[in-house]
Amino acid sequence: MSQPAARCPSCGAPVSFRWAGSVQTTCEFCKSILVRTDVDVTKVGTVAELPPDSSPIQIGTEGVVDNKPFVVLGRIIYEYEFGGWNEWHVVYNDGTSGWLSDAQLEYDVSWQVNPPPAPNLLPQNPQREEPFSWGGRAFQVTSITKAHYKGVQGELPFQYWDKADCIFADLRSNDEQFGTIDYSDNPPALYLGRAVGFEELRLKNLREFEGWRK
Amino acid sequence: MSSAAVGPPVVQAKSLHCPGCGGPVTLRGFGHTLSVVCPQCHAVLDVSNPLVQILQRAQQAQERIQPKIPLGTRGKIDNVIWEVIGFQVRQIEVDGIPYSWDEYLLFNPYYGFRYLSEYQGHWNVIRILPLVPESLPSVRPRLRVKGQIYRHFQHCEATTVFVLGEFPWRAHKGEKAVVDDFIAPPRMISGERMDGEVVWSLGEYWTGDQIWKAFQLQGRAPAAVGVFENQPSPHHGRAGSMWKTFLWMLVALAALMFYFTVSARRDEVFQQQYTFSTGTGGEPSFVTPVFELKGRSSNVQLGIKTDLDNNWAYFNVALINQDTGRAWDFGREVSYYHGVDGGESWTEGSSSDSVTIPAVPSGHYYLRIEPEMDTKQPSSMSYDVTLRRDVPSYLFFGIAFALLLIPPIVSTMRIGAFETARWRESDYAPS
Repeated sequence: MSQPAARCPSCGAPVSFRWAGSVQTTCEFCKSILVRTDVDVTKVGTVAELPPDSSPIQIGTEGVVDNKPFVVLGRIIYEYEFGGWNEWHVVYNDGTSGWLSDAQLEYDVSWQVNPPPAPNLLPQNPQREEPFSWGGRAFQVTSITKAHYKGVQGELPFQYWDKADCIFADLRSNDEQFGTIDYSDNPPALYLGRAVGFEELRLKNLREFEGWRK
Repeated sequence: MSSAAVGPPVVQAKSLHCPGCGGPVTLRGFGHTLSVVCPQCHAVLDVSNPLVQILQRAQQAQERIQPKIPLGTRGKIDNVIWEVIGFQVRQIEVDGIPYSWDEYLLFNPYYGFRYLSEYQGHWNVIRILPLVPESLPSVRPRLRVKGQIYRHFQHCEATTVFVLGEFPWRAHKGEKAVVDDFIAPPRMISGERMDGEVVWSLGEYWTGDQIWKAFQLQGRAPAAVGVFENQPSPHHGRAGSMWKTFLWMLVALAALMFYFTVSARRDEVFQQQYTFSTGTGGEPSFVTPVFELKGRSSNVQLGIKTDLDNNWAYFNVALINQDTGRAWDFGREVSYYHGVDGGESWTEGSSSDSVTIPAVPSGHYYLRIEPEMDTKQPSSMSYDVTLRRDVPSYLFFGIAFALLLIPPIVSTMRIGAFETARWRESDYAPS
């Protein structure tokens, strides 16, 4: 799966992409954000020191969803008025990629709906408790969050490093299905998936916490 | 894997100094904690960024409440270790009377958060639900979650009146939430609306003893007072099993009845026809010839069949044991009337009668019979006396049936009483 190594244009350290679909990564040594072009990598920015974060998941954590093993390759950290959450970029063993979000240790898995729905099929000005259906699945808008990105780490399937505030509408169903509409994309991106229990993910290579055993 | 080295290998617990009093404050919830109460001065601190700010000054005005489970205590629930990191007292008002309950925040760095609520010795282990319950159309609101129907119990506004420890949100005194509870004991679904957003949670009833055991607490759990909204009825399964037992007993009883019916001998031991008239004078009483009752002690059935027609007769009868002199005395009235009244024919009574004498030992017996009739007019009748030995009697079965009914009925009534006590505390209490 590993791609031939390139060198960080900033510090010269080796940079490798573990997933062929990755567009962006961060240099593990100098924290430069690197974007892959056809032949090389270009430095587009630098991440600030990552905020102290207490997710048990880290890059390299492995787990299982629907009997498909995955590995965590990257993440986006969001922050909003009432805290923050992580969107972990996970790559499954069949080469597809998706997201595992960890919001105060409530876990959801999701996949982007491709191609993105026509904007007029999505709530234009989402309101809480507004119904939304997609592919026969009935959702309700449960929260609208104005967040900003706090940091990125590892490999991501798109360039994501200078976004300002973004609006997210979270969707829930009555059978634990989950969705998010990311209005910062143009057109807005729809992600659908479901809530998962910690136990169900069968995670390995987790972080350790002082005074705790998994 | 080298990239795993990006974060520190072990996440360290943090501690800080209270900007109010300078005292040390430990954080047990790692980076998830947004607010913490200083254990020294009880100021509520916002720790969402390194510049710790005072969210709310010390809650001096009120007494310091000691949580029954101290902060930092760990316990095992559903095989996962949880640590108590936060505590709050919340209050509702019903008809001007405040009711308050305690709520503990439990934390595990992998499994997240759980809540533990306690009201008068009744406990609930609560988790957030990642769903929107389906509301069902009905007069009283109902929800369906994972196939289970929950009935609306109460609607109230809860106010936080005391906080201790840390929370993943900015918990503070005066925080308000609009709460709706729906129950399906031992579970309950609560919807808490705060700042327009509804958070749904699922609670499961625990007894104080279970909590004490899970957290290995000293002493005994405070006894539960009254009936709690999602407390499972202690009689619930019991009544069901009692009705089941009752049905089996009924089957056994029917089998016994069948056996008695087919095995009864019904031996005719005496039979004689007599006539009686009021005009003849003399002593009406007489005795029958001696007959023998054989076998084990068993009942004897006396049948009297008359030709009475719009008339009555009274029989003083004694069954006398010739060997021992023991007598069974009894009187039987036989009356039979009929006629036509306003085009409708009617009858009353019967021209024959039968009586069963239980447990008569074997031996030689005779009957003394003394008939009586209306003396105001000349009357006469002919009657037939039959005595049978060992006749099936169903009275015992009737009594047994009634006795068997008692436990399931009592149990069912207790369920009713328990449910009445439960719903008395709801929005749907009969006033």
